[in-house]
Amino acid sequence: MKHAVSLTVNGAKRNAEVEPRLLLVHFLRENLGLTGTNVGCDTSQCGACTVIIDGQAVKSCTVLTVQADGSKVTTIEGLATNGKLHPIQQAFWDKHGLQCGFCTPGMILTALDLLGRNPNPSEADVRHGIDGNLCRCTGYQNIVASVQEAAGRMKG
Amino acid sequence: MASRIFGSAIKRREDPRLITGQARYTDDFVLPNMAFMAVVRSPYAHAKIKSIDTKKAAAMPGVIGVFTGKQMKDAGFGPIPCAWVVPGSDTKTPPYPPIAIDTVRYVGNAVAIVIATDRYQASDAVDAVEVDYQPLGVTVDAFKATQKGAPQLHGDVANNVCFHWHVTGGDVEAAFKSADVVVKDKIINQRLIPNAMEPRASLATYSSGAGELTIWTTTQNPHIARFLLSLDTGIPEHKIRVIAPEVGGGFGSKIPHYPEEAMVVFASKMLGRPVKWTENRSENYRATIHGRDHIQEVELAAKKDGTIVGLRAKVWANLGAYLSTASTGIPTILHGLMLSGAYKIPNIHEDVYGVFTNTTPVDAYRGAGRPEATFIVERLVDLLARKLKMDPAELRRKNFIPPFTEGYTVATGITYDTGNYVAAFDKALAMADYKGLRKQQSDMRAKGQYLGIGFCTYAEICGLGPSQVAGAVGFGGGLWESAIVRFHPSGKVNVFVGISPHGQGEETTFAQIVSSELGVPVDDVEIMHGDTDQTPMGWGSYGSRSTPVGSGALMGAITKIKDKSKLVTAHLLEASPDDIEYADGKFFVRGSPDKFKTIQDVALMANVAWNMPKGVEPGLEASAFFDPPNFVYPFGAHIAVVQVDAETGEVTLKRYIAVDDCGRVINPMIVEGQIHGGIAQGVGQALWEGAVYDDDGQLLSGSMMDYAIPKAAYFPKFELAMTETPTTVNPLGVKGIGETGTIASTPAVYNAVADALAPLGVERINMPLTPERVWRAIRDQRRA
Repeated sequence: MKHAVSLTVNGAKRNAEVEPRLLLVHFLRENLGLTGTNVGCDTSQCGACTVIIDGQAVKSCTVLTVQADGSKVTTIEGLATNGKLHPIQQAFWDKHGLQCGFCTPGMILTALDLLGRNPNPSEADVRHGIDGNLCRCTGYQNIVASVQEAAGRMKG
Repeated sequence: MASRIFGSAIKRREDPRLITGQARYTDDFVLPNMAFMAVVRSPYAHAKIKSIDTKKAAAMPGVIGVFTGKQMKDAGFGPIPCAWVVPGSDTKTPPYPPIAIDTVRYVGNAVAIVIATDRYQASDAVDAVEVDYQPLGVTVDAFKATQKGAPQLHGDVANNVCFHWHVTGGDVEAAFKSADVVVKDKIINQRLIPNAMEPRASLATYSSGAGELTIWTTTQNPHIARFLLSLDTGIPEHKIRVIAPEVGGGFGSKIPHYPEEAMVVFASKMLGRPVKWTENRSENYRATIHGRDHIQEVELAAKKDGTIVGLRAKVWANLGAYLSTASTGIPTILHGLMLSGAYKIPNIHEDVYGVFTNTTPVDAYRGAGRPEATFIVERLVDLLARKLKMDPAELRRKNFIPPFTEGYTVATGITYDTGNYVAAFDKALAMADYKGLRKQQSDMRAKGQYLGIGFCTYAEICGLGPSQVAGAVGFGGGLWESAIVRFHPSGKVNVFVGISPHGQGEETTFAQIVSSELGVPVDDVEIMHGDTDQTPMGWGSYGSRSTPVGSGALMGAITKIKDKSKLVTAHLLEASPDDIEYADGKFFVRGSPDKFKTIQDVALMANVAWNMPKGVEPGLEASAFFDPPNFVYPFGAHIAVVQVDAETGEVTLKRYIAVDDCGRVINPMIVEGQIHGGIAQGVGQALWEGAVYDDDGQLLSGSMMDYAIPKAAYFPKFELAMTETPTTVNPLGVKGIGETGTIASTPAVYNAVADALAPLGVERINMPLTPERVWRAIRDQRRA
């Protein structure tokens, strides 16, 4: 019953035999040990599980692993390069864009997608752009500030 | 004190692990041979369990155990303890079995557990457990549940009334008789679902050989969890290690000791292997505590000139089906005693009925009792202003408790520490340009547009609290804190604390305190928390107590480190200890600042102990305990500006101004972050959030699709400022700031909407003020 899949996760080729019903988020967390991607709900509302699949932010609790066969996946663990934080990670740190941190990996990867589409977002653009990600700690104010800060740095 | 560290917005040291995905939450831990638990839950709100057939489930692939409540009881596991029984209230504490044995009392009540080698298989097997229920009558409303003929939840609790508690100060009857004017309201302070982003999880491993339990669990207070686990599992406290690793938010919902914690211990004991349970969100909505849920009949009495003379309230507080850990203390001590708010109210009386219903247990949710009190007084003050045709700002100013620094005792009997309410209010009014706003409002009204301005000028009680008071009010624990400061030979420092932060940033702020007080670089200090084997006893992180109480313990340990360092320095410099002074990390001979030893010099000498003063022990480590003499009472003034679309009922929050006072500020960036998050949750209650049960006890708002957690686009940028009135009850003069935003923002926004709708004659709308409700209220008024 198991299906062979082959994915590139954070630049590394990963081959596995998985059950057809295995969610991508559980494959990442439990088969690959990439626990930075969190699960906050079961109805695709919260966005804590957001990863980048082939360049797009996707909620990995809503994707079967077999659907992701052949794709390139980036998780929060794959964002920093050679130990250097990605500008979005750095901006979240500098601007206090997180408290408990549980929503943060998903927020950061959503911001990556957003800034790819709109490198110069207004405050309203950011607020709407992170509509699919919930945070209960920050009231979003410093998340918005972090994303705008990151936008500035990524241009420069 | 090196002021550049204390009081500065340094970045959080917690963040690098969190922004890179390296942080470890409970569900991230994996142990060899670990199995997964899933819980069979009741679909009925009230039913007799006629039979449970586990055979089919037990035969499913991967399943290694299926257990019922009876088996758990027979294995010696007891009921979940209630840790707060308010004296003088005749509280009934019916047993709370971790897994229901013969009766289920709310949708989500556990009836069996399934353990499998795989998460998915455990979930499959849940559906194969066959339970035969005989449905019983259901009651979900705290008032109706007390009426004749209501279904009864617990055999020994007449009319479902768990307790009747009251608070009385002055002579409220006389005050109402002598009053010129009385305003009344009926307030539904609706039930909320906390929604910490991390669902709960527990991973237990029991070693029968050693008789030892280790449990990773999503708790705000690992030491309390250990204490209570020892009571219901029978494993002695010294054989239990509770680890709260990274915890993804709590807001009160991770204070209680939950049935599932006992269940994973039971399962691990029965099966001889580690067992993990992780809640899914739909399960969280039913099995994790809810908050608020008061029905309140309230009235305020005043003189013609606006002087308030009395407040009277009657409250039905919904406790849910069972008593969660602190549930009876929330609607009593943390609520009724705060009814005076920021005002002189000489006569106060409140009756509170705690009521069992067929709903998820209710316990502390951010603010916990104070939001339900603050809303009463802030709403009544606005109603009074409207009745007297006074400006609500002026009415508040007239009734404020004047500035005080030596304590102020209110009619409910508690003594506020320090306060300057008018200063915070004036600052907020200036920031808002209040006069300009009123002009804008009247200009817009002329055009048929409805702008509203709402205030909340609050004082709240936190920094829980003196242990003697905890005992006197029936809390089953202490409320002190402890800290150990340990210098290593290299001059680096580990600090071990009893508090258990889960997003509030004390790893950073406590390092700032150590750095400022002892002159070590802030990066040389590491704060350790959340592991009962590693940290000293403490009562945890809730009630905005970590910083006001925990820093008191830390300061005690720092003082001991300084005292010992002076002895060592005096010995090394051949001076008298009485002549040694300390400043900026150096211990020096008075009058000769060039003759000194740094704290690092002292740490090295104390650790190698080659040349110590006679009678002085080696090492540089100190432990201290701190029990505050009083609670702390932060305060502030919040102003909400809303616009209501009278055609659609939609409320838009246009501006939000918050002036808060938490005494001295250790890290302004972190304080602001706490206020932002608090405001968002409180606005959520006013405008969008609400748990809804139908008459059968089904939770209609049972997922994130149905319960409106605020999103980023719902908010403007909050405008914040601080005033600084230090407290006298702890060494640093700090007050808690974790809950003020939530306490203040709900009434501020509600009052703003009411102000906007005043020209339309709308009197009251129940929260949340959704477009439909606002639109209906406007329509009904227009029809009438």
